[in-house]
Amino acid sequence: MSYVQGLRCRECGREYEVAPVYTCEWCFGPLEVSYDYEAIKSAMSREKIAAGPHAIWRYAELLPVDYSQAVDLGAGFTPLVRADRLAGELGLGEVWVKNDTLNPTNSFKDRVASVALSKALEFGFKTAACASTGNLANSVAAHAAHAGLRSFVFIPADLEQAKVVTTAVYGGNVVAIDGNYDDVNRLCAELAGTYRWAFVNVNVRPYYAEGSKTLAFETAEQLGWEAPDHVVVPVASGSLLTKVHKGFDELHQVGLLDTPPRVRVSGAQAEGCSPVATAYLEQSDTIRPVKPSTIAKSLAIGNPADGYFALDAVRQTGGGLAAVTDDEVVDGIRLLARTEGIFAETAGGVTVASLARLAREGVVRPDERVVVYITGHGLKTLDAVSPHVGPTAVIPPTLDAFHEAFGPSEIEE
Amino acid sequence: MAVNVRIPTQLRELSGGDAEVDVEGATVAEVLKQLEARHPGFAARLFDDKGQLRRFVNVFVADEDIRFLQGLDTPTEGQVVSIVPAVAGG
Repeated sequence: MSYVQGLRCRECGREYEVAPVYTCEWCFGPLEVSYDYEAIKSAMSREKIAAGPHAIWRYAELLPVDYSQAVDLGAGFTPLVRADRLAGELGLGEVWVKNDTLNPTNSFKDRVASVALSKALEFGFKTAACASTGNLANSVAAHAAHAGLRSFVFIPADLEQAKVVTTAVYGGNVVAIDGNYDDVNRLCAELAGTYRWAFVNVNVRPYYAEGSKTLAFETAEQLGWEAPDHVVVPVASGSLLTKVHKGFDELHQVGLLDTPPRVRVSGAQAEGCSPVATAYLEQSDTIRPVKPSTIAKSLAIGNPADGYFALDAVRQTGGGLAAVTDDEVVDGIRLLARTEGIFAETAGGVTVASLARLAREGVVRPDERVVVYITGHGLKTLDAVSPHVGPTAVIPPTLDAFHEAFGPSEIEE
Repeated sequence: MAVNVRIPTQLRELSGGDAEVDVEGATVAEVLKQLEARHPGFAARLFDDKGQLRRFVNVFVADEDIRFLQGLDTPTEGQVVSIVPAVAGG
């Protein structure tokens, strides 16, 4: 059963019935799902959740789909890892890494794709489609294959080879577009108006985006039903950050958190595509679109649909936004790998580098319990680090050669 | 000079169902003013109370977002002007 009441425009508040629509007919603002929180409060409890599936569907009441029809590859309930060595390097106190590389297709996008394709089935669609910077492409192709839906995935032609292969292997249609993500996105908006397909991040977007809330739900549950003091979230469209913020508030609304959460929300962007961070740093209310140029391709959205809401969330909660260079991104990937044994893709490098930057600036403080969201696996963007790491030594298979390569001080414990 | 304006699905009720409307105007601002004169109702949908384009309305001149050009002062020069609801994505 679903507790959805309808859709509501985030800009002007006009209400709509549940349907595959995504913008307000009046002001073009994005539509968001509204719920009957009182009913959810009676239906949900910590005990019931604990007995639920080890996946996002343990929070089914707060998702806009009928769980009995869910397209489920097991997205969610990923580890929350205490990161003392990373914290030590950055001069911070209590830091946790939400390791969302451990999803079925190795990124957080499995959460949203699982919700979106479940909703697509409910609506009776036969084709799933999306515009993607790579991770969503993987996830939509995989979930569509699992559900027996046809798929059309649209990507910028310059995407990392690994992300093309890990999409195409699922057998759906992969369409590489000669242009950047914003060009792909615009084409998809036109296609969504032409064909009766479930474009997960266009006409199904209000439902799709709700899947990201589960990152907040899990974080609170894994911390023993407490909200953290500060979260650092990568920003592409701004949807993830907005929904993580919303997720903590919802937990209190339905009685799963005892006290109102006061989570400071900070955002992470790459300097080569930082329209939201730029607006924040310039104290502007206008987000000017940019033409992206960064190795963090999964975050390369120059015209972020939820940028304004992400900016609001950061400002309201007293968080910050950082824009880090590509060199810092690579350093961030290596720092997380070296200190915590977690290998992140470039977006994770952006997040760790932003955490480091915000810690230096005193925005993220040593007395805070901090959670960083690592949203995609390093194997997806090997090119970013392959020039920087490799074998420590290449030697013939003899003891002598080994001793020649490594002096006693390097070997003795 | 006549400028061809592409109307999104959501606003075609105002243009009598037409997907394209030809109006006169040397800048985007003039073109949109003429559009309102021809088909009253457009301005209320495109502009907020302060007379600014709504945050989720994008206008393109010859396929380039006017925020990369000169905003409402962007010359139209006989190019196609497209009104596009902010795309979703992400």
